[in-house]
Amino acid sequence: MTSRRTVLTGIGACLMLPGCERIGKTKPVHDLLYSLDGLTMRAQRLVTARGALAREYTEADLSPRFRVNGTRQPASADYARHQKEGFANWRLNVGGMVRRPLQISLSDLRAMPTRTQITRHDCVEGWSAIGQWTGVQLSRILDFARVSERAKYVLFRCADNYGDTPYYETVDMIEARHPQTILAWGMNGDILSVAHGAPLRLRSERQLGYKHAKYVMGVEAIESFAEIGGGKGGFWEDRSGYDWWAGI
Amino acid sequence: MSSNAKGPLVKRHRLSTRVWHWTNMVAIFLLIGSGATIFNAHPRLYWGEYGANFDPAWLVIDDRQSATGPRGFVNIGGAEFDTTGVLGVFEKGGETRMRAFPHWVTIPAEYSLSAGRRYHLLGAWIFGVAGFVYFFWSLFNRHIQRDLIPRKWQLTPACVRADIKNHIKLNFIHSGTEKYSLLQKLSYAGVILVILPVLVATGLTMSPNMNAAWPWLLDIFGGRQSARSLHFIAAFLLIAFIFVHLILVVLAGPYNEIRSMITGKLRLPAGDGR
Ligand code: HEM
Repeated sequence: MTSRRTVLTGIGACLMLPGCERIGKTKPVHDLLYSLDGLTMRAQRLVTARGALAREYTEADLSPRFRVNGTRQPASADYARHQKEGFANWRLNVGGMVRRPLQISLSDLRAMPTRTQITRHDCVEGWSAIGQWTGVQLSRILDFARVSERAKYVLFRCADNYGDTPYYETVDMIEARHPQTILAWGMNGDILSVAHGAPLRLRSERQLGYKHAKYVMGVEAIESFAEIGGGKGGFWEDRSGYDWWAGI
Repeated sequence: MSSNAKGPLVKRHRLSTRVWHWTNMVAIFLLIGSGATIFNAHPRLYWGEYGANFDPAWLVIDDRQSATGPRGFVNIGGAEFDTTGVLGVFEKGGETRMRAFPHWVTIPAEYSLSAGRRYHLLGAWIFGVAGFVYFFWSLFNRHIQRDLIPRKWQLTPACVRADIKNHIKLNFIHSGTEKYSLLQKLSYAGVILVILPVLVATGLTMSPNMNAAWPWLLDIFGGRQSARSLHFIAAFLLIAFIFVHLILVVLAGPYNEIRSMITGKLRLPAGDGR
């Protein structure tokens, strides 16, 4: 009888949630939890094609209303001035590890070869919305700026702040050079609205929504993101501990 | 029913079954609790490819204000149920909280989507690897063919009737050529061969990176939001199985049953020897 009781109390103790969380806070388990997205990324890349395209939908599939998430209106005076001028004097800064730093106006971006894609946007929270995006492939801009071979990531600096902290994101070169990775200036046949990230937002179609930085002001080729922001490679990664690789 | 009377102690469960069972139990425990956390981030379910706040949901767990304070509710296909205290609105440490699933089912107890996702991924790795190995090992050692798939003779009307009668009489433990009775086989095979694989596949279908590489996943399940709904339904069925499973373990004699899943040896009722 004692062994039955021991077994049952043992199982009972394991099933108590606070006990479980205490285990989760020990160093080995914590480190394990924070290494899983790297493991998942490598495992998925092992069994999938690097260049696989996200599904593209038709106009009939568009969400009737595309939910706005995150910032709706950046608060800075700079942004307000550009917004008032219709972004006529705004420039996209392309820098970091490139041989030819660039400052590109919105009209020049629109004059570059465009890619239009109807894709599904999946938020980390669980909802999805289908929208049509028009923009320029990031790989074109990277080539145009003659990005260094040593660069491992692309950093996006954004105009929206949460408190004092500016939004930013990073993606690796596999996602940066993916044909559907675009800097979009148009959405659903219109000019991109402020709520959805005007003048320019990233689409990284094989990853969750927080990777799709809105209000992109600068693009930088970098070797490491350890020294940027909180060092985890993105605003939500720093602030809330979201995974850097957002493919699942 | 005399499962406590001493009959012979016989070998019942293989080592692989015992190791998988308890590993899987830990993984499922993590997955259910952290899955509830993830659901809380957007407690609405849809059919099709897309679905967000403006789109019609077939299942909603939410709260709304009333004259007497916030009320929690569940809406399934238009039918609404007040669930205040359990779902949508609940008390935590004397405070009223408004979330779909309460702190006593979620991992972690204090809402954190990123932590919930990490625990879910940990559970998914344990569950996926253990399940994959167990499935192929059980094909190889013929556990699936021999112990989980019903024999033809077990499906004859007389045997089906006898098995149902045995269950109604709470007479669970038998000797004989088969480890499991028909109803046991059907429920275990349903879990191992249907529910668990559907959970893995619908889980992968929610990954945008997997969708790009294997778009047929989207076609099988009818879109990402359908996959999310089916993931939830499969988890719900699994929880229903676990409930019945635990009740039956208790009714059949928990000491003997749990020991059989630990040491492999089951005591047969007296007079039921081979
Ligand atoms: C404290 C929790 C649990 C206890 C005490 C328990 C106990 C047992 C016992 C005693 C058996 C053998 C029963 C028999 O001979 O028919 C068994 C089998 C089984 N249990 Fe559980 N169980 C638990 C949780 C779970 C969970 C969470 C799952 C979820 C999938 C599960 C799935 C199964 C399956 C599929 C089998 C059949 C295994 C096979 O033969 O391949 N159990 N369990």
